[in-house]
Amino acid sequence: MITQKTNHMEYQENMEIVDSAIMDQVLSARESFDPEAYTEEDVKRALQKDVLHPEDFAALLSVAASSHLEEMARRAQEETRKHFGNSVAMFTPLYIANYCENYCIYCGFNCHNKIHRAKLNAEEIEREMQAIAATGLEEILLLTGESPKMSDVSYIGEACKIAKKYFKVIGLEVYPMDSKDYAYLHSCGADFVTVFQETYNPDKYKDLHLGGRKRIFPYRLNTQERALKGGIRGVGFAALLGLDDFRRDAFATGMHAYLVQRKYPQGEIAFSCPRLRPIINNEEINPRDVHEPQLLQVICAYRLFMPYAGITISSREGSRFRDQIITIAATKISAGVDVGIGGHSEKEAKGDEQFEIEDGRTVEEIREMIVRQGMQPVMSDYIYV
Amino acid sequence: MKDTWKLGEHEFTSRFILGSGKYSLPLIQAAVEDAGAQMVTLALRRAQANTENILDYIPEGVTLLPNTSGARNAEEAVRIARLSRACGCGDFVKVEIMRDTKYLLPDNYETAKATEILAKEGFLVMPYMFPDLNAARDLQNAGAVSVMPLGAPIGSNKGLCSKEFIQILIDEIDLPIIVDAGIGKPSQACEAMEMGAAAVMANTAIATAGDIPAMARAFKQAIEAGRTAYLSGLGRVMEKGASASSPLTGFLEA
Repeated sequence: MITQKTNHMEYQENMEIVDSAIMDQVLSARESFDPEAYTEEDVKRALQKDVLHPEDFAALLSVAASSHLEEMARRAQEETRKHFGNSVAMFTPLYIANYCENYCIYCGFNCHNKIHRAKLNAEEIEREMQAIAATGLEEILLLTGESPKMSDVSYIGEACKIAKKYFKVIGLEVYPMDSKDYAYLHSCGADFVTVFQETYNPDKYKDLHLGGRKRIFPYRLNTQERALKGGIRGVGFAALLGLDDFRRDAFATGMHAYLVQRKYPQGEIAFSCPRLRPIINNEEINPRDVHEPQLLQVICAYRLFMPYAGITISSREGSRFRDQIITIAATKISAGVDVGIGGHSEKEAKGDEQFEIEDGRTVEEIREMIVRQGMQPVMSDYIYV
Repeated sequence: MKDTWKLGEHEFTSRFILGSGKYSLPLIQAAVEDAGAQMVTLALRRAQANTENILDYIPEGVTLLPNTSGARNAEEAVRIARLSRACGCGDFVKVEIMRDTKYLLPDNYETAKATEILAKEGFLVMPYMFPDLNAARDLQNAGAVSVMPLGAPIGSNKGLCSKEFIQILIDEIDLPIIVDAGIGKPSQACEAMEMGAAAVMANTAIATAGDIPAMARAFKQAIEAGRTAYLSGLGRVMEKGASASSPLTGFLEA
């Protein structure tokens, strides 16, 4: 049993250890990054470079760069166009279960939060997927709470197999697992794995994650490597901005992705850019220090540092921000989102939501918006091999 | 005499191969018409979508050149090519194999392996490659109908960074050399044609232009100009300055 007393930096039994120096490199890069230490000149120099190095990325996340948002956005738009043209991929998340064994004090799904728990059976999953496929979407992101007991690997595998009947692209946002499990889920049709590290500050991480397997920091941080070793095509990275110093966490997120790409050059890289949202039964979780300008700065810095990476913009953000960011740097947008359990096919969801969403527009509304913005909605640009 | 060129038994007059990615589907038809293109590439992974089918936007009579983008090794490229033929996309296939998501540079070794398998299966294989003479010879021996060396990394619009090496392929390989990737401006396409390339392929340069059909037209004109210049025999270009005032061979007269 992993509790508040468990050393969060030590692997537990039954956790695969990969031979990797990446965690140490990320943590030491984060440690030495001082967001106040950069000048306007550093920012301008970074903006003029063709290929950015970690120091340039750091400059773009610095306090000094906050007054160069317009130039950053222009450069970001240029790079996005070069690598992605005017394509914007569309997808929707599907929560199939919300049982969770972790105690993360900021999360609505945490095991001590009194919410309605539920898990969809195969028939219900199929019904949900039919309802989603009918909207024209061809990419789905499957999510569970983090309970290997209530939603084990074979349960997720079955969900992937059903998804394969209705969708071209299957992504996973589930609890971290071993590479053999990823290999199995890949054989079931999944090819993309996203895991949020939440914060890359181990001390803060310890205070926020009081129990459950998620408390073990290195096992979570090395998830992307295990997924790639398991044969997964692409991996996603994110810090939940606002949990700790967002500039440092964004820098660590980028460095993590950068180092993984160097070690696994064939792996496709993606970023998500979540900010903390209000949750049920906890009014204090509502930090406001990462406002839209700061979020924009982080997204543009990711884009310029790794111009080929996908960037997903979730429905946690409002329509004003989302409609513009897809023309600047984001390459993927969620639509027709319901973060409860069973809400796509039933009027009344079986289980409660993880957080409140801001942009509740339908698939059709998002599609129309993308076209209106002069962009091109793309349902699938992927082939399972 | 008509200036034509061949890929296998297929004859073409246009020397402009147009990419169809990175821009809105309804614009493809206009771009093809303005480019005068007879061959259009498409990513099979895009053509697989259920809802909006890219194939519906490609005018009839245009030869499809499906590519294997998304393949990370020879085996995956072969699977995608077979799927492409099964989907009715024809026998042409542009083999693209990338093991690097950052620069998307082609893997010549895996590309030669896939080319050999697919050529034996009757595909007309057009491999995208890094301009290396030995690899180009391997591709020729493996049964490719053309060789497509890159000018610069895909989407970079940096032009003919690998000019000298492409020239070697043009001089040494008895297959059409098609410059692919990196061409950012009509002037660069023109330059490739002046060098003796059989054709030029472009996508990002057109897809990211302010006026897509107009840019397609500009490329068409540049490619034609370059081709005409090549056929006319380029005049002498003095690269090392004018003749010396006291000739080195003057002693012969003494």
